[in-house]
Amino acid sequence: MAILVDRSTRLLVQGITGREGSFHTQQMQAYGTTVVAGVVPGRGGAEALGVPVFDTVAAAVAATGADTAFTIVPPAFAADAVMEAAAAGLRLGVCVTEGIPVLDMVRAAAFVQRTAMRLIGPNCPGLMTPGEAKIGFIPNHVGRPGRVGVVARSGTLTYEVIQGLSDAGHGETTAVGIGGDPVLGSTFVDILPLFAADPATRAVVLVGEIGGSDEERAAEWIRASGFDKPVVAFISGRTAPPGKRMGHAGAIISGTTGSAQGKIDALAAAGAAVASTIEEVVRLVGERLSGP
Amino acid sequence: MKLLEYQAKRQFARVGIAVPAGRLARTPEEAAGAARELGRVAVKAQVPIGGRGKAGGIAVVDSPEAARRDAARILAMEIRGYPVRSVWCEAGLEIAHELYLGVTLDRERRRLALILSAAGGMEIEEVAATSPERIAKLWPDPFAGPQPFEVRELAFAALAHAPALAEARGRLAAALVPLAQTLHRLAVDLDAVTCEINPLVLTPEGTLIAADGKLEVDENAEYRHRELAAELALDLEGEDGRTGEDPYEAEAKRRGLTYVHLPGGSIGCIGNGAGLVMNTLDLVQQVGGRPNNFLDIGGGAGAEKVRDALAMVLSDPDVRGVFINIFGGITRGDEVARGVVQARDELGIRVPLVVRMTGTNEEEGRRILAAAGIVPGTSAPEAARKIVELVGGGA
Repeated sequence: MAILVDRSTRLLVQGITGREGSFHTQQMQAYGTTVVAGVVPGRGGAEALGVPVFDTVAAAVAATGADTAFTIVPPAFAADAVMEAAAAGLRLGVCVTEGIPVLDMVRAAAFVQRTAMRLIGPNCPGLMTPGEAKIGFIPNHVGRPGRVGVVARSGTLTYEVIQGLSDAGHGETTAVGIGGDPVLGSTFVDILPLFAADPATRAVVLVGEIGGSDEERAAEWIRASGFDKPVVAFISGRTAPPGKRMGHAGAIISGTTGSAQGKIDALAAAGAAVASTIEEVVRLVGERLSGP
Repeated sequence: MKLLEYQAKRQFARVGIAVPAGRLARTPEEAAGAARELGRVAVKAQVPIGGRGKAGGIAVVDSPEAARRDAARILAMEIRGYPVRSVWCEAGLEIAHELYLGVTLDRERRRLALILSAAGGMEIEEVAATSPERIAKLWPDPFAGPQPFEVRELAFAALAHAPALAEARGRLAAALVPLAQTLHRLAVDLDAVTCEINPLVLTPEGTLIAADGKLEVDENAEYRHRELAAELALDLEGEDGRTGEDPYEAEAKRRGLTYVHLPGGSIGCIGNGAGLVMNTLDLVQQVGGRPNNFLDIGGGAGAEKVRDALAMVLSDPDVRGVFINIFGGITRGDEVARGVVQARDELGIRVPLVVRMTGTNEEEGRRILAAAGIVPGTSAPEAARKIVELVGGGA
C-alpha cells in the first residue's frame, strides 16, 4: 500500500521539453513511473521522451487519461500551470518550481481548493513510493519499500531520512516532500490523515523546519485526532537567528512565531519522539517498530 | 524588499490614500527648505528598519534653522547598521484618534489578511499579544478582493473596542470601505507581503490620513517591480557604496550565492539544499562549535560553484575551518570534490576542511578528496565533531 502515487498513476509533465523537465522525466521513467503525456503550449503534436506532447492539459487528459500532473515550468508561469492542471480535472498536482511569487500562489491555492485536485508543493522535491513510482526529484537509489511514511518540508533532508530508513531496513511506504514556500498546496495536516488511513504505514517521520506554524498545527492534529501510529519528528534550523530567511522562502522566524524550540515542544507534547539528528530519527523509528 | 517610509507613502498617494505633506531631503539645506515651505515639520530618518524614534532618528522642528541642524545630525547617523542617506520632512497632523490598517500574508490561511484595530500607533504584534480582542481580521477572496459589507463588518468589530469612536462608527466604517479596498489592491499590485498604515490618523475634522507606512515586496516577485528595487538601491547606497546590509551578504548577493552571515562564528558551513545546510549549522552547534554562515549551493552545482562558495565563506577572516556537507542527488560527489580541491589549490586555503559526502558518485568524490589529502566523512554528526575538534577550543 501507499499514498498518492503508485503503479497506477498516469502522469503528464508540464514543461517536459525544458532542460530540467526533460532530465527529471527520464529519471521518473527509469524509476518506473508511467508518464503518458507532456504539455508545452505551442508544441502540441510533437513527441518527447517517447510520449505525445499537447498544447493544453485538457487535451492531454482527453487523449491519454492522465490523472496526475508534474509541473516543472519557470516561476512566472507556474501558478497558472497549476491552475490549468486543476481545471482539467486531475486528481493530483505536484509542482517543484522554486521562486513563484507568493501572491500568485495565494490565487492558485484558492483556485485549486475549488477543484478536486490535491496540490503538493510548490518548491518541493516531490514524492516517492519505493518500488512503484516517483514524481519529482527524489534520487532513484535512496528508496526501499517498507513500513514508514515520511512527510518533510526540506528536499535534501527528505533524501537523508529516506536513505537512513532504507539502510536500516525499515523502508518507506511513501515519502512526501511538501515544500519550503510560505504558501503550500498541502501541509503536514493534509498528509498525516492519508498515512493514518494507510494500513501499510506503521510509523511516520515528520521533518519540519523553522518558519510558519505548520508543525504546531500538525502537533495539534496528532493530539486531536488520536493518531495512533508512532511519530518521530525532526526540526531543522535551531541555530537560525530571527528575521533571516534560511534559504527557503518560508524558513524564517518572524516575531514570536516559527522558532525551532516552539515546534519541538509542541510535537513532544503531542507524544511525538523528537530527534536531534537524522541518525537518531532512524534509531527512534527502529525502537518504535520493534516495540510491543 | 522593504521600502522606505517615503517610498511607501508615495505609493499610497499614487492610489489616492491621503498622506501628510512632505519633502525628501538628502542634505541639511534641503531639509531647511522643506521647513520653510511646510512650517513645523518632523524630520525622519529614512532607513528600512523600525525603532528610528527610539534611536534618535526623528526630530520635530519649528524653524528652518532647527531643521538644518537636526537633519545634519540625523544624516550623520547610522541606525542599527544602516547609514541614514535621506530624511523625510513632514508636516504635523492634528490627531483625534490613531487606528491601524494593514494587509499581510497569512500563511496558515493561504491568503492575504486585512487587519484593522482601533489601537493604532503601537506594534500590531504587541496589540495581538496583549489584547487580541482589539484586532479584527478579514481574509478576502483573492480573486474578488474585499467586499464593502466585509469591510463594514471588520470596521464594526474593531470599533466595538473603542468607546470614543462609538458615535462616529457609521461614518468611519463608510470611509474605511474604499480605503481598505484600495490598500488591498495596492498590496496585490505591488506583490506586497506586508502593506500597513500605522498609525492611520483620524483628524478632528474626521478625515483618515496615513501617518506612517510600511511596505514589503515579495522577493520572488521583484522581477515585476524593477523600478522600485532600483529606486531603493539608489536610496540605500551612498557614495561609499555601503547599503547597511551585512557586507558579506551584500557580496554574496552580487555573486549569486544563497548565503546568510552569522557574524562572530568560526566555522564556515556549505551544503546542498536549504534544509540540509540548516541542519549542518545545528550539528556544528550541538557539538560546541559556532557556525559563521549558511551557504546553500543548491542542486546540481558543479566544481566552479563549489569553488566560489568556498571563496565566499573564507572571505570572513573569522572562519577558521570549513564543513562541507553534501548529499548527492542531482549534485555529483566527484564534481564537488574537484571544486574543493581546485579551490584549496587556487585560493591557497590553509584552514582545515572537512567534507561529508554521500549519494551520487560518492566513491569517486571520496577518492579525489583522499588523494588530495582532505579527509572525507560519511556521517554528518561525526564530520561536525571533526571540524569542531580541528578548529579547536572556544570555537
